[in-house]
Amino acid sequence: MGKIIEEKKKNRQPREGALVEVQNLKQYFPVNDGLFKTKYVKAVDDVSFYIERGETLGLVGESGCGKTTTGRSLLRLYEPTGGKIFYDGIDITNADMMPYRRKMQIVFQDPYASLNPRMTIGDIVGEPLDIHKLAHSKKERSERIIEMLDRVGLNSEHANRYPHEFSGGQRQRVGIARALAVDPEFIVCDEPVSALDVSIQAQIVNMFEELQQEMGLTYLFIAHDLSVVKHISNRIGVMYLGKLVELADSYELTFHSLHPYTKSLISAIPIPDPKMSRQNKRIALGGDVPSPLDPPSGCRFRTRCPYADELCAAQEPEFREVSSGHFAACHHLDKIN
Amino acid sequence: MLNKNKSLSFQLDVSDFLPADESEKQSIDIMRESVSFWKDGFRRLARNKLAMISLFTIIVVMIFAFIVPSFYPYSYEQQIRGSENLYLMEYSGEELARIEAGEKVFPHILGTDNLGRDTAIRIMMGSRISLLVGIIASAIILIIGSLYGAIAGYFGGKVDLYMMRLVDIIYTVPDILVIILLSVTLKYPLRSLADTVPGFGWISTVGVGLISIFIVFSLLYWVGMARIVRGQILTLKEQEFVTAARALGASHSRIIKNHLLTNCVGTLIVTTTLQIPSSIFTESFLSFLGLGVNAPMPSLGSLAAQAVGGMNSYPHRLLAPAIAISIIILSFNLLGDGLRDAFDPRLKN
Repeated sequence: MGKIIEEKKKNRQPREGALVEVQNLKQYFPVNDGLFKTKYVKAVDDVSFYIERGETLGLVGESGCGKTTTGRSLLRLYEPTGGKIFYDGIDITNADMMPYRRKMQIVFQDPYASLNPRMTIGDIVGEPLDIHKLAHSKKERSERIIEMLDRVGLNSEHANRYPHEFSGGQRQRVGIARALAVDPEFIVCDEPVSALDVSIQAQIVNMFEELQQEMGLTYLFIAHDLSVVKHISNRIGVMYLGKLVELADSYELTFHSLHPYTKSLISAIPIPDPKMSRQNKRIALGGDVPSPLDPPSGCRFRTRCPYADELCAAQEPEFREVSSGHFAACHHLDKIN
Repeated sequence: MLNKNKSLSFQLDVSDFLPADESEKQSIDIMRESVSFWKDGFRRLARNKLAMISLFTIIVVMIFAFIVPSFYPYSYEQQIRGSENLYLMEYSGEELARIEAGEKVFPHILGTDNLGRDTAIRIMMGSRISLLVGIIASAIILIIGSLYGAIAGYFGGKVDLYMMRLVDIIYTVPDILVIILLSVTLKYPLRSLADTVPGFGWISTVGVGLISIFIVFSLLYWVGMARIVRGQILTLKEQEFVTAARALGASHSRIIKNHLLTNCVGTLIVTTTLQIPSSIFTESFLSFLGLGVNAPMPSLGSLAAQAVGGMNSYPHRLLAPAIAISIIILSFNLLGDGLRDAFDPRLKN
């Protein structure tokens, strides 16, 4: 019986209208433990979601929960251990990625590490044009570079300079210009504002929104800061220890969260009003995130969950649709809410 | 504006307090002059006195080795009858007679050897050979070592494991033994290649000994370079800009060439510069043992070897090439140290 269900799961059709979809994505990394034993870090374990065209899906969770790995596996920067990736209805899990590299791009977290220090800004933004042979002459290439820089709020003067001459916010703009140079449809934003200070964060987030409207982009927006994700996303997914625990519309998730982990995350968002802040009851979680090398049995959150019982230890909760478009993975949803 | 001319007036100029317009704002937003990696490095190198003196010395030595011999009145293989075994600045009887007759005779600055060849020009030619060997061998090492190390480091895993074990094996081979064996065994095949196959005549002009030295260098000495480059690549390839290039669909060769090796340039320069003196040293030492260049062609090592016999009577014949070797090696080492300070970011403060 179980096997048939497994088979059915494997042969699921991609959802109609979704630009990007992952089904049961698994990403394990081998770790040498001692001389001969090899253990696996289950960075992403059985994650499924889809992103519709023009939509922004936010992905939140604490450090080490597999958000970044999900984003990178999605782009096949790591070879996924299991599961399927669909782009525009086509299975790209084992496909030649070259044509898709033009359609799917990524913006990185650390603007200091993501730009090659030996290349000028012009060459960094021009590299995608060279790789995909998008510019047919030197003149066209430099025009395109200037157009891209202009689009992200830098000017042509900056093209001949090196990354170390720029501030964090400016570098992040260069990183965005590089991703935009191939005219992509889908961008994975891998914590693009986490390394910037708050005033610059706002500028960059607004720029992402403007670009989305102008170019009709679809985003997977990864962050650990729920308040930023809440602002930019249509839907939000919450990850814990390599698994999605809740996925819902961003309004729904903020005000009617179901999973105890999401509840505690939302209660931790700082409120810029001292009076309101005093009323707000914070749900503090005890303990640390367990090691992904040997995650707890059953529900992965049970070691820190105030509602956990024997069932949680014995059986892994199913990630099911609770109400329309609202998914959660918990045994005790009725009891908690 | 009104009070511009009255310097003693305390009236403030109102126009100074107007909000700045766009052009003014732009003029304040001045970025400092763009400084590239090379400019920055050479600026730092120029401040290092010891390195600049070494660089100057190397240039002078190169002028003597490559330019001066072409208009020097004697040639390195020319045997002057009657001028054998002359001392510093000494003239033979024949030459003195010519000077008496009003002819100008260029002095033998460092004397002559037992076959009547001018020692000064032989040392210049010897330096030429030594420098050529040093530079060409280092270039071979640079190319093989950096490519091998970059490939091993970039692909990692099994590829890295097998490639680096090969390096370990080469490290354990006793190099002097291999050099001696190779130069002995290669001599005859190379000579027959030069004699029989058309197109390979250049081998006999360069000298079979020299070719076998190059082969030995390219077989054995690149391993150090490969290890250093691999280590650098291992840390560099985890950087996000490499991931970004992969996300853009860059090929492996493009990533190695444009992103990884360009970021090791500092290390490559330093290691290559420090490799030159050690290549020169190895060549001198091989020539001293009689395995280096072919007979009429001198090298600093073979000059020293020939001079050992007459060490007590003609010490200058041994001292001159020895000092030349020392100066060349010392200057390259000091220049290499200077380059390391200037280009290697790990020591950059």
